[in-house]
Amino acid sequence: MASVPREQVSYDTSRRIRLFSNRNFLGFLFMVPAGLILLVFLTYPLGLGIWLGLTDVKVGRPGIFVGLENYEWLFRDHIFWLSVFNTMLYTVVASIVKFAIGLWLAMLLNRHLPFKAFLRAIVLMPFIVPTVLSALAFWWIYDSQDSVISWVLIEMGLIEETIDFLGQPNSARASVIAANIWRGIPFVAITLLAGLQTISPSLYEAAIIDGANEWQRFRSITYPLLTPIIAVVMTFSVLFTFTDFQLIWVMTRGGPINATHLMATLSYQRAIIGGALGEGAAIATAMIPFLLAAILFSYFGLQRRKWQQGGRDD
Amino acid sequence: MQRFSRRDILKGSASLAIGAAVASPALIQSARAWAAQSQWKPEQGAELRLLRWKRFVKSEGTAFQASVDAFTKATGVPVRIDSEGFEDLRPKAAVAANIGSGPDIIWGIHADAHLYPDAMMDVSDVCNYLGGKYGGWYPIAEEYGKRGDKWINVPFTISGNFLNYRISHMNKAGFEKFPDNTDDFLKLMQNLKKNGTPGGFALGNASGDGNAWTHWLLWSHGGKMVDENENVVIDSPETVAALEYARELGKTFIPGAASWLDGHNNKAFLQGAVSVTNNGISIYAAAVREGMTEIANDMDHAFYPVGPAGEPTEFHVMFPMMLYKHTKYPNAAKALTTWLMEKDRYNAFLQGSVGYLSHTMKAFQDHPVWTEDPKRLVYRDTAVRSRSFAHAGKLGYAASSVLADFVVVNMVAEAATGAKTPKEAAADAARRAERYYRV
Repeated sequence: MASVPREQVSYDTSRRIRLFSNRNFLGFLFMVPAGLILLVFLTYPLGLGIWLGLTDVKVGRPGIFVGLENYEWLFRDHIFWLSVFNTMLYTVVASIVKFAIGLWLAMLLNRHLPFKAFLRAIVLMPFIVPTVLSALAFWWIYDSQDSVISWVLIEMGLIEETIDFLGQPNSARASVIAANIWRGIPFVAITLLAGLQTISPSLYEAAIIDGANEWQRFRSITYPLLTPIIAVVMTFSVLFTFTDFQLIWVMTRGGPINATHLMATLSYQRAIIGGALGEGAAIATAMIPFLLAAILFSYFGLQRRKWQQGGRDD
Repeated sequence: MQRFSRRDILKGSASLAIGAAVASPALIQSARAWAAQSQWKPEQGAELRLLRWKRFVKSEGTAFQASVDAFTKATGVPVRIDSEGFEDLRPKAAVAANIGSGPDIIWGIHADAHLYPDAMMDVSDVCNYLGGKYGGWYPIAEEYGKRGDKWINVPFTISGNFLNYRISHMNKAGFEKFPDNTDDFLKLMQNLKKNGTPGGFALGNASGDGNAWTHWLLWSHGGKMVDENENVVIDSPETVAALEYARELGKTFIPGAASWLDGHNNKAFLQGAVSVTNNGISIYAAAVREGMTEIANDMDHAFYPVGPAGEPTEFHVMFPMMLYKHTKYPNAAKALTTWLMEKDRYNAFLQGSVGYLSHTMKAFQDHPVWTEDPKRLVYRDTAVRSRSFAHAGKLGYAASSVLADFVVVNMVAEAATGAKTPKEAAADAARRAERYYRV
């Protein structure tokens, strides 16, 4: 058996020891598993999606690279633009209302109320129910013949005919937005409540001693200390709303006449049911800039203090 | 205390599931006799996996399961049956074709075999044998089954979608029998509206009922998506005429039809809210099953009226058996498919389907299921009266995509609700269709 010279062994060992005591190398080593997971489960599918959007691949048939042709067609496709409009409207209106009601609810729940734990659990209900079930419930609530809302209003003598919730473009949009708001409020309310509970009561006591009124206390204590949570909550809320699929798919399938088609539902309809994987992927890819803009806005728009961006407050 | 292992429970539940549909000794006997003389001898150690759509009616599922069970007992080929909803079935069928693995047979929908013909087994021998024995295939079955001269799937059954109406409301609106032409049909709908008993047809993205009636409307006036050479010709005077008719018809609908998906009209009809709509036989079947005798006795079915085109222009949905080339046991797959379509088995299947599903071969035209209840009779002629959704072009990728993207449904809905003029709606549909039909 060949023997290894003693000098070389000690050289190899010392190099290994030096390498493993290098903080940068160790840091890199520990990040490799996480990096691999991100690469395999996030970067690859995203990259594949973007690539598919540049091809004319169909379900069951390989495609060829067609450059930006899918996007050129989409640019001239008024249904695509309608879905962009619907998605923006859906996201903006639903997110603002969810935030407003969610914050209000969180502040109410933050007070000393009887049955506090029970009430907080109740608020979570819409979030606990599977989306498809709540979508089915709304489907019945908005039914063109059997809507419970129409029935109550008719019985009260306020209207004579049933309300056509999902049959007219604008009322359909309002109806699906309302359903999304109902479903999204608990997430905003409970997360903001968690944020509110981290604010020390002594700050409020000091402010009261200084004679601050309720609005001043909200403006100068609650709001600034809540902004980091608001930024995170609104980022997630906007992302969930922008990419919503189930509520629309169960209630309207994008109808009437595509008035409630979101980019996500249109992408599914064209790619999976219609078989045009390339075009569907292009629609999905077209969502990315909007999502990035929403994330950047909440990070740089709402987290304006330096410590939130890794610096120190002066 | 008795203890159950996981295996025991699995075994128990499996036999429970099959229990309802186990083959009788006589059936097994006949399956053995059939297998002995069949030209397709299953391979040694063969086993099959069949994926089907979720059954409409329990009795159909039971009849199907019993036939498969008899096949297994006669040939020793175990068959695993999985079922999925339509929406999930089609992507799975496509993935199986793409990756060359998955179920051996998929009982699918529409003309999906034409999207990936290279993944399909050549079943010409099966179809020629069956067609020769049972009076031949209807032309619509050949259109769905064949690509060129080769059969690429077996057109197993076709589901009829016809007009459902309330007899007393029709009489009150001044009609003794259901109109057979589009002019009288419009008059009937207008009178029904005046009487406060309106009709209604799905205008939402309803893949079944929505596509069925809007294609009839377009074709009834001579409009069509493409010509024989696959040129998009939807933006035509005939289409505009059809959409002008749709505008008048739309005014007679019950409010809310613009949002209707496939289930809405069933519910509205059974509640007595609409007196005419289009549907499979499921509304009538539900009325009979649930003991709603007032509605069951007062309703009947009719063919779609014939329009200026001068011939029936109906669209019914095909459910073919797709045998995949990737199967390791092609003979077993062919044997099972053939066995299921032999006279006695197919008769039992039609009987179990109680009118939901119709035959694709001519010998079954006299099956008693169509005459034992005269209200089913209309559904007997499903295959005779159906056009393929690709009319007048060929089944394939473009036609399937146009159907899935609701181009015709949206066009008719735009015109019927007044959202666009007929001319605008037709021009827009043409632009959308060209996207799919371009080379």
